[in-house]
Amino acid sequence: MTDNILVLLDSTPDGQLSKSVPGLLGAATGLGNPIALIVGAGEHADALSAAAAAAGATKVLLADGDNTIYSTPTVDALQAAAALVQPAAVLAAHSDQSKEVVARFAVRTGAAVNYDAIDVTRDAKGIIASHSAYGGAFVVTSAVTFAAPVITVRQGVVEARGTAQPVVAEKLAVTPSGRKSAAIESIDVADAPTSLRPELRGATKVVSGGRGLGTAEKFVLVEQLADALGAAVGASRAAVDAGFVPQTFQVGQTGVQVSPQLYVALGISGAIQHKAGMQTAKTIIAINKDETAPIFEIADFGVVGDVFTVVPQLIAALEASGK
Amino acid sequence: MRIVVLVKEAPDTYGERFLDLETGLADRNKSDRVLDEIVERALEYAISYAEKHEGTEVVALSMATEDATASVRKALAMGADRAVLISDGALVGADVTLTAEVLAAALTHIGYDLVIAGDQSTDGAGGVVPAALSELLDIPQITKLTTIELDDKAVSGTRVIDRVTLKLRAELPAIVSVTERFPDARFPNFKGIMAAKKKPFEVLSVADLGADIDVLAKPRAIMTEISAKPPRAAGVKIVDEGDAGNQLAEFLKKNQLV
Ligand SMILES: Cc1cc2nc3c(=O)[nH]c(=O)nc-3n(C[C@H](O)[C@H](O)[C@H](O)COP(=O)(O)OP(=O)(O)OC[C@H]3O[C@@H](n4cnc5c(N)ncnc54)[C@H](O)[C@@H]3O)c2cc1C
Ligand SMILES: Nc1ncnc2c1ncn2[C@@H]1O[C@H](COP(=O)(O)O)[C@@H](O)[C@H]1O
Repeated sequence: MTDNILVLLDSTPDGQLSKSVPGLLGAATGLGNPIALIVGAGEHADALSAAAAAAGATKVLLADGDNTIYSTPTVDALQAAAALVQPAAVLAAHSDQSKEVVARFAVRTGAAVNYDAIDVTRDAKGIIASHSAYGGAFVVTSAVTFAAPVITVRQGVVEARGTAQPVVAEKLAVTPSGRKSAAIESIDVADAPTSLRPELRGATKVVSGGRGLGTAEKFVLVEQLADALGAAVGASRAAVDAGFVPQTFQVGQTGVQVSPQLYVALGISGAIQHKAGMQTAKTIIAINKDETAPIFEIADFGVVGDVFTVVPQLIAALEASGK
Repeated sequence: MRIVVLVKEAPDTYGERFLDLETGLADRNKSDRVLDEIVERALEYAISYAEKHEGTEVVALSMATEDATASVRKALAMGADRAVLISDGALVGADVTLTAEVLAAALTHIGYDLVIAGDQSTDGAGGVVPAALSELLDIPQITKLTTIELDDKAVSGTRVIDRVTLKLRAELPAIVSVTERFPDARFPNFKGIMAAKKKPFEVLSVADLGADIDVLAKPRAIMTEISAKPPRAAGVKIVDEGDAGNQLAEFLKKNQLV
């Protein structure tokens, strides 16, 4: 009999599975029999179950959500699901939605956590998680001393995919734990971005802008190059602090960590905390006025120059060659 | 009201950081160790609140080796009233759940109305300790806040995750965590540094907490292997002489990146 792997899936406010799901179910497929848990699917239950099965879930457990109580209902659902399927591991995205839920589940049930894995494998001794520490400077593998591990997986890094399964969905009965919880007073969902630009997390190409762009208006240059390359848009913390773009664009230690094929840094000095989020990119291009900017130490192609002259020329050259 | 701020020491992110390839632990001797920037922002919030609300005590709590004393003392120099450092040989290499168990025991020992943590540390970057504490202490969590409103009875705040903005509210006692959207911390001044020397600073072991913490009784996360990646080398660097954009386009084409 194959081990059950319980996978907590994130969904988006408009009732779709999160982008992290295919990688998560792919990782779980490598470990055993992936059983998905979706909390609060509501009217989207059928569509989400079908999508989860298509991504490899052999069974989908559906638990009710609660829009008035923060976090606890999902922890309770995870506890009920684990009691039901007796998993050999619990997997979830290392996302803001899920990582706190699984941490609470772990201390509640006395399990150990391997968090922010970039890969999950199995050897003779058990399940092993790999991690990229200190911004990719070190690769670490971890395991747990005994019992089923709870593993959070970095979003957008696992390449393995599951195989499509017939849809088997089941309602999960959950007994509320009654743990003290915060109340959700309001939920505001911003409109989905209308642009077709790829999402930063997991993008294969990223163009980021820093303080060197000067103003929010001039930051448009970053977006123009991103669109010419079919890339996602990122930013340094200084650009976020200056209000050029929202925090979700931040690349780095305390922002999103990306590992794209191509990373273009415009007007970014290359502070060590920024590098921690992008130095594992395959190819790095940097344009900066200051020839001593540390970003050049890791750039495969560095241009000492003004972004406002170099980038328009680059865009024109790309367009001229039909790209 | 008593506010306990969870302060953590971390290798200075402005320098290169190392892991010891033998033990897998942070190599303390090779990097400067500082209070993690995010916990300074948490402290800043607590101290400014205390300045405006008489009868507020701010306690800095940390779990670390004894050589973290200097970092924790900075919390006192900034304006915290007292500090508690949990230091115990049995905790070296503690994983998330053990850290949370020890901090929960320490918080129970100290007593609190509000616990403030950073949303995630720069060395571990787990961002899960505050949530684990809410579970262990059975108190509400409101985490990753971009704003806080606090009074004697309740705390509320805004959590922005991707496209979703939540307004959350919890009765005290509660635990919150703050993001780097919170204001920068003050620098300790001379008066603060001098005053810090006279403030209470307790160093406690696990046994002093009177809690039943058995490191081996529960499963723990352990490192099994570790390796350093070779540092990245610099490639070509050109100075723009009017055609750098074209050269870049060529480079991208040659490397099949367009
Ligand atoms: C705990 C901690 C966590 C942090 N986390 C992050 C993080 O996640 N991500 C992050 O990015 N930072 C992070 N930082 C901040 C980091 O230290 C830097 O302050 C930040 O990355 C600087 O952003 P920048 O490169 O845009 O700005 P600056 O350092 O000001 O650099 C701007 C650059 O633009 C260049 N420039 C100006 N005008 C032009 C022009 N016209 N053309 C070309 N070049 C031009 C300048 O030469 C300069 O090099 C963190 C800091 C700390 C302490
Ligand atoms: N050893 C520790 N001592 C005190 N506080 C800690 C410790 N570990 C984590 N914390 C707190 O929990 C927050 C999140 O940490 P982490 O979950 O490790 O990313 C930190 O910013 C601290 O406020």
